[in-house]
Amino acid sequence: MALKERDEFSGQLTTGHEWNGIKELNTPIPRLLWVFLISTTVFALVWTLLMPSWPGINGYFRGLLGVDQQQAVRASLAEAEAERAAWSTRLVSEDFETLAADASIVSLVRQAGPPLFADNCAACHGLKATGNAGYPNIAQAPMMWGDEPDTIAETIRVGINAGHPESRLGQMLAFGRDQMLGGEEISQLADYLMELHGGPVLEAEARAGAETLFADNCAGCHGSDGKGMADTGTPNLTDPFWTYGGDRLTVRQSIYNGRQGTMPAWEGRLSPAQIRLLALYVLDLRGALP
Amino acid sequence: MVADFTRDERVSALIVLGGLILAGLFMAIAGRNDLLGVHGWMIAAAGLWGFFAMVRGFGLPEPPATRLAEYYDAPTRVGLILTLLWGIVGMGAGFWVAALLAWPDMTFDVAWLSFGRLRPVHTSGVIFGFGGNALIATSFHVLQRTTRARLPDAISPWFVLLGYNLFCVIAASGYLMGLTQSKEYAEPEWYADIWLVVVWVVYFAIYMRTLARRKEPHIYVANWYYMAFILVVAILHIVNNLAVPVSFGSAKSYSLFAGVQDAMTQWWYGHNAVAFFLTAGFLGMMYYYLPKRAGRPIFSYRMSIVSFWGITFMYMWAGSHHLHYTALPHWVQTLGMAFSVVLLVPSWASAGNALLTLNGAWHKVRDDAVLRFMALAAIFYGITTFEGSFMAIRAVNSLSHYTDWTIGHVHAGALGWVAMITFGALYSLVPTMFKRERIYSQKLVELHFWLALTGTLVYVFAMWNSGVIQGLMWRTYDETGTLSYSFIDSLVAMHPYYIARALGGLLFLLGTLTALYNVIMTIRMPAIGAHDPQGDLPAEPALQAGE
Repeated sequence: MALKERDEFSGQLTTGHEWNGIKELNTPIPRLLWVFLISTTVFALVWTLLMPSWPGINGYFRGLLGVDQQQAVRASLAEAEAERAAWSTRLVSEDFETLAADASIVSLVRQAGPPLFADNCAACHGLKATGNAGYPNIAQAPMMWGDEPDTIAETIRVGINAGHPESRLGQMLAFGRDQMLGGEEISQLADYLMELHGGPVLEAEARAGAETLFADNCAGCHGSDGKGMADTGTPNLTDPFWTYGGDRLTVRQSIYNGRQGTMPAWEGRLSPAQIRLLALYVLDLRGALP
Repeated sequence: MVADFTRDERVSALIVLGGLILAGLFMAIAGRNDLLGVHGWMIAAAGLWGFFAMVRGFGLPEPPATRLAEYYDAPTRVGLILTLLWGIVGMGAGFWVAALLAWPDMTFDVAWLSFGRLRPVHTSGVIFGFGGNALIATSFHVLQRTTRARLPDAISPWFVLLGYNLFCVIAASGYLMGLTQSKEYAEPEWYADIWLVVVWVVYFAIYMRTLARRKEPHIYVANWYYMAFILVVAILHIVNNLAVPVSFGSAKSYSLFAGVQDAMTQWWYGHNAVAFFLTAGFLGMMYYYLPKRAGRPIFSYRMSIVSFWGITFMYMWAGSHHLHYTALPHWVQTLGMAFSVVLLVPSWASAGNALLTLNGAWHKVRDDAVLRFMALAAIFYGITTFEGSFMAIRAVNSLSHYTDWTIGHVHAGALGWVAMITFGALYSLVPTMFKRERIYSQKLVELHFWLALTGTLVYVFAMWNSGVIQGLMWRTYDETGTLSYSFIDSLVAMHPYYIARALGGLLFLLGTLTALYNVIMTIRMPAIGAHDPQGDLPAEPALQAGE
């Protein structure tokens, strides 16, 4: 047994062990540490008495305070719902005309709308609602399914090409891939659209051919003037807004492969009041609220 | 390495490596239509490389019997270098993913450059590559010095060190290819997990075989911690990775657990990986290198006992605090929180024991950057364990959970505690292990210290700020009863902190590069002639034939 020695600096005895020069003092555990250990243990025990804690054979100890996290969540949700009831019942029960004319509702839309839009819509339509490739600009462009507030709210509720049973359905055929139009004809149509948008001017003969092609293939959905129809959810081809891109290559791709954009149905995920709030928010973005 | 092996060990090595080649070939053939095949070829190639090295050195003369009168440090030397190399890989990947969070376009549409694949390269690279190699290297050194017995043989430490690094390479390359079982810190798939179990069993056996032959009557505290680390990590690893492979030709497997049981098993694993890998293992390191460098006795043997058993007992229960306010039953959360609060006591007892050991040697802390690394590590250990217990309180967790606060907490521990104590041990060890007079440049150690400290502080403060802001933004409701901020608003608010965090990480990485340079230059210095100036020798006789 090695010899215990007294450490000069601390005045404590060593344990007498030594490992490659390392020794240990036999300093008693400071009283503070005991106090600390006892107080944390007491806290832990009291806490487990108050809260649901120790498991048994048939379930667990419920705790003296009767706290349950599921109940707490439900209570908290109900409380928040009650707070929102001040405006949510009005949003659902009153028509859009009345709502849009009410300054307090407009101020609500401007306060609660941006986070709601940013959390649910901005991923596709962009933070400023100006759209991304494949997702339309809903702040400025004409709305494909109509820009009446009730129509917008309905689009949000059921979605487009979504799983919802009442979903809006829209599809542009794949004119090239499904061999309804040849490559030359698609190019003619693309050139025709380019000309409409300030591209190279076509010769009269070429334009006439393209107009015929347009009338035969496109006008049924996009309208004979190409300005789109809300019934079919088709975009206006003559305005400066493009959902997928307005360069000639992308336009050709759209005609060749067709398009079938989707928007999820928000019913069930957002409350009816939230959906109507978003419709008002979109109208506000479009400058349609006073 | 081969020259250190006896004839019998060379034959055993050839058999093991032959088996490895066969296993690799089997995986390569069975998994030829799967990414498993790629790993099969890598394993076969590693086995083949070892096999040829062994064959080429087979005719070398057997090591002299006098070797048994010395410690066996070659694996420690290689382990120290591997520690630094993995440190640079892991911290480099960390810096890159930190930059990705600030500038997400930096994936360049390349799959393996995406955040999801690089992030586990960072975490496994630093925890297992850097931390694991440091633990293996130092444990072999500490084990021999504190038992005054030589490692039991030459082959098993090499098997552990190289086998472990093979596991790390398989893990990291798998992540880049998209192989993961999606369990945090347990991402590698079933075949890598099985291999690690084999390596780990041999590791534990080395410990037991050496301790059984110890020439000291008592087992030093550092060894308690190292053994707790090896034993508990084995249990955690085996249980959490229980899974059924789709087939022997597929890398994919499905966990044996499902739903909330899976979550609880994962965080029992995850939290105790922090406890026994990143805490117990490195406490073992601290208990040897800190008193050694300070030249002071451990402050209190009794506190060592209380903190060791407190830590090993209490940590096991605390994992459920990772699942506050989830589908996990409330009572499990309460227990996790209660044990986490008590856990602070043994944690602070450990940190206090380390810092009080420095009483009488604080002037050395001031003058010696190596000891300062270790003193700072103990301080950060105290800060981080306080923060951990605090965050485990349910009400606090409701704010901190899912935010960057957690990331800040982890890095206060990983950078401030784990890496600092590792660097302290590394700088203490390198000159003695390579038989050099001193470290190449004390000034560079000093530079490294300040880079590491600044990097850690910048990182941790950025994440504390960012996390608290995030947590508050997510929970703020206005008078209309709706959220005041969108999630994107919180991301925009994070951006400056993400840049600061990447900068902090970069400083820390630069420090590690400094260490690598300093170590390389130290090795390139002339060896000191006289073999063992400090009498760094095992007890006589260290090992007898047939022992």
